[in-house]
Amino acid sequence: MDVPDGLRYTDDHEWLRVEGDAGVVGITGYAADQLGDIVFVELPAVGAHFERGKTFGVVESVKAVSDLFAPVAGAVMEVNPALADQPELVNTEPYGAGWLVRLRLSDPAQADALKDAAAYREMTKAG
Amino acid sequence: MPYGPHTGDDRARMLEALGLTSVEPLFADIPTAVRAHGLDLPGPLPELELAQRLETLAARNQTGLASFLGAGVYRHYLPPVVDQMLLRGEFYTAYTPYQPEISQGTLQTIYEYQSMLAELTGLDVVSASHYDGASATAEAALMTVRATHRTRVLVSRAVHRHYVEATRTYFRGAELILDEIPTRDDGTTDLAALERELADPSRPVAGVVMGQPNAFGLLEPMADAARLAHAAGALFVAVVEPVSLAVLAPPGAYGADIAAGEGQPLGIPPQYGGPYLGILACTQPLVRQIPGRLVGATTDAEGRRAFVMTLRAREQDIRRERAASNICTNQALCALAATVYLATIGPHGLRDVAAAGAARARRLEDALTEAGAPRLHSAPYLNEFAISVPDAARVHDALLARGVLAGLPLGTWYPDDPLLRESLLVCATEVTTDDEIRRFGDALHDILADDAQDAAAQAGSGRYAPSGARS
Amino acid sequence: MSADPVGQTLPAAPNLGPRTAVGPSLQPTLAELSRPGRGGNKIPHPPANALAGIPARHRRDGTPALPELNELEVVRHFVNLSHLNYGVDTGFYPLGSCTMKYNPKLNEWAARLPGFAALHPLAPDAVAQGTLELLWETEQWLAEISGMRAVTLQPAAGAQGELTGILMVRAYHEARGDHERREVIVPDSSHGTNPATASMAGFTTVTVPSAADGGVDLDALRAALGPHTAAVMLTNPSTLGLFEARVVELLEAVHAVGALAYMDGANLNAVLGKFRPGEAGFDVMHFNVHKTFSTPHGGGGPGAGPVGVGEKLQPYLPGPRVVRDDDGPFRLERPDERPASIGRVRAYQGSAGVYVRAYAYLRAHGGSGLVEVSEDAVLAANYLKSRLRGTYEIPYDRPCKHEFVASGEALKIETGVRTLDVAKRLIDKGFHPPTIYFPHIVEECLLIEPTETESVETLDAFADALLAIAAEAHEDPELVHSAPHTAPVRRLDEATAARQPDLHWRAMTGVETPCPT
Repeated sequence: MDVPDGLRYTDDHEWLRVEGDAGVVGITGYAADQLGDIVFVELPAVGAHFERGKTFGVVESVKAVSDLFAPVAGAVMEVNPALADQPELVNTEPYGAGWLVRLRLSDPAQADALKDAAAYREMTKAG
Repeated sequence: MPYGPHTGDDRARMLEALGLTSVEPLFADIPTAVRAHGLDLPGPLPELELAQRLETLAARNQTGLASFLGAGVYRHYLPPVVDQMLLRGEFYTAYTPYQPEISQGTLQTIYEYQSMLAELTGLDVVSASHYDGASATAEAALMTVRATHRTRVLVSRAVHRHYVEATRTYFRGAELILDEIPTRDDGTTDLAALERELADPSRPVAGVVMGQPNAFGLLEPMADAARLAHAAGALFVAVVEPVSLAVLAPPGAYGADIAAGEGQPLGIPPQYGGPYLGILACTQPLVRQIPGRLVGATTDAEGRRAFVMTLRAREQDIRRERAASNICTNQALCALAATVYLATIGPHGLRDVAAAGAARARRLEDALTEAGAPRLHSAPYLNEFAISVPDAARVHDALLARGVLAGLPLGTWYPDDPLLRESLLVCATEVTTDDEIRRFGDALHDILADDAQDAAAQAGSGRYAPSGARS
Repeated sequence: MSADPVGQTLPAAPNLGPRTAVGPSLQPTLAELSRPGRGGNKIPHPPANALAGIPARHRRDGTPALPELNELEVVRHFVNLSHLNYGVDTGFYPLGSCTMKYNPKLNEWAARLPGFAALHPLAPDAVAQGTLELLWETEQWLAEISGMRAVTLQPAAGAQGELTGILMVRAYHEARGDHERREVIVPDSSHGTNPATASMAGFTTVTVPSAADGGVDLDALRAALGPHTAAVMLTNPSTLGLFEARVVELLEAVHAVGALAYMDGANLNAVLGKFRPGEAGFDVMHFNVHKTFSTPHGGGGPGAGPVGVGEKLQPYLPGPRVVRDDDGPFRLERPDERPASIGRVRAYQGSAGVYVRAYAYLRAHGGSGLVEVSEDAVLAANYLKSRLRGTYEIPYDRPCKHEFVASGEALKIETGVRTLDVAKRLIDKGFHPPTIYFPHIVEECLLIEPTETESVETLDAFADALLAIAAEAHEDPELVHSAPHTAPVRRLDEATAARQPDLHWRAMTGVETPCPT
């Protein structure tokens, strides 16, 4: 799957789409492939606040479990309601319908420290 | 070596392939300082002698007693069908069903066990089982903590002592608080006290644990207790006995969130303590919190209905330090025993087992009351109750000498309670005979009459006979 | 459970595949076989007023909706299900870290002797002298085997034994007034129960890497050790099947910081009479009697996990233990005899039924027989490894103990066939697969443990099968990818099973026929 331009990426395979002072977070297609068929996503409560790098949830596949790390600091405005019944969206549309949370960013400048698409492509090719 | 196949030739062949003449080089990496040189143990016993040794030991256990001992483990009739299915090597020598394609036998029987316990408990999610009733209760208590993010659990004093103690041990590791709710004179849990404890805003409660029947054999106001728990934001855990669920309202009916219990009465002999069968069940919303194995139905690549372990990512091999529990086993063969037992005895049969126990217990109560030992408590019971007996521990010994195993002196579990110290917890089941009841009643009558005579004689002679020094 | 509102409609017949006259066929569930009015009649009917003493508010509404089958149908159901199962009695289980050795039939007979089977756990000591003696003797044997000072038989499983051991470690440090010990160190090759146990006991897990030779990285361990370390949990031999050659230095380092050393005894089958953990300096260990001492795995349990301790942890053992007063009768310890005990971890004294089997196994072998067990187990593993070398990579190619790891990484790179596929193809060849993808530190890992009870012919046949599959991977990878072909079911849809869990059959409607009079 192509790594979309225009998103920011973390070393832990999360992506961030900045929209003003809000940001949408998900995991990359690479990460979803590594995990295999995703069966459950544990998401935080609306209103919860996370510092950059802190665990905000858990994604579970048939044979693995992985923490989700906040790419930037922020407060949860929305969680993806579709994932309760269709966790497989994270596998099929990781950058679209499989989004995880929408944050109000505490410090939008933190996004600049993340990788761009080209750098993330390099990282996953090497790893 | 009794079960090894290797002849000298076999060993030589393997050694030759390795370019060795002895196995010693294969152990050379054990540092000399810690190298052991054999074991200081007796030599091997040929099978004939071993069989004799085992028979000798088994014969040293007294089995001819008229037993009225329950207290969490119950004598029931075990249809031979059960054991013959357990003796099938494909079941008992099988490994955990991690390769579902060649484990459909084990997987399907666990699914059937989960289904039947779901019906009996009235709860949707039943784990493939835990070690025993005590660890299941401890895990249930831990579930309430995880689900509510609170750190305090209330347990009735009338829950099986061992279950409470095991929960306390598990709680120590997790730095949680376990507080006991007292009982009333009638033997049931004091709901007013429960309500007061739940109302303390500085110490919110994660869960309330009560037994049905409770450890005194008595029936508790479970629906009322569940309501009180929920009103305070706590979960309600019912500790249950599975045969009783054929005739008593199940946990799902009175609002329990979690049920725990001991499945030994379902086709498993007493065996002096195990292996037993820990029942753990919960409502659907708690499914991700329940520890232990779960088996689910699914299809294979060609559309066949089949069974597989599922929701595996909760378990220790995947979650490691984030797993809810470290449990790796399920008591699969014991769950199989319960499944075969329930299939054999059927719903009417299970109801009959429960009802027959109740009927026998009422006969027992009459006989013991007539012998001079009335019930201690007034609350209703199913097939187990406590009787008042002065100097209960000594009377228990005296009855044993007359071939009657007269239940459990409750002073063993409640040494600080003067009333319970002077009581015996007795039960009856469908296997208790009229003859056994008569033996118990007659023996008890004689012992109490002798005691009364002794006391009268001593009083008359001006010397006071101490009421016994058993601890 | 909600009942079917439409009434007694039978569920749609599931796809069970073809039936055969002999050979395994999928089976309907008990619910699907149930017909009202069948079966029962095992005990006499109680009187009609048997439940009159139970107030209505406590009574169940109706009779539980459980299956009704007559005895023949019950028997056929379970016999046919057993045909769908593989056991040690069927064939070879090369499962690393599981020690799937033969389960002796004498042990099943012994456990069923009425003297053992019918004994109530709360029976007075005088009534239970036979079992008490058996348990006491078993404790003595395990103490000698492990070099530990005392053993508790109470834990119901290895994992519960681990918890017991780590809770005793916690009690030990608390008794010393040391409340800073919040960490337990485990190697990255450890079994998942180790860190899970540490969490349950209230500790944080610190993971240290393995060195290139497969042993614990001593420098990394020393760096992780400190005043915050409560214990280090080691498996020895490790989950790679390698003896920890630096065990003396490891133990010294652990004790030097005031921490305790726990040994996971899962791999004891390799070192009976060759290495005694307590004697070497481990403070506590658990045994898996369903591994080393042949008690049956039962499809996932029951096992038992006794725990041995050295001097330091003796006061904290769970009670009651079996004791003997000066060659007198056997009895259970009274609570006041071990006031610092951590308490009980389960009801009653322990799974005596499992220990009857373990005791019989121990007595059948004697000390000398147990040493032979390890010698043969280690010889067989090394032999099997030599057969596979050259076709599968052997990452740690030096003498192993009772098990070894092989890797299918090169096979995956060359052919796209993964270890999972190799495992499933082994089923077609008549073998249960070995442990796969554990330990996590080896790519495309196979962990193979033959045990001492498999013949050379079996070992050779297994090696031949693995070599044949490697060849198939090159010649016809799709055949291997889509295996198994000959099992009663093909690969299962585990994703749907996890996303939409179906954990019990759809509720049977209430039993309609009234209880017969």
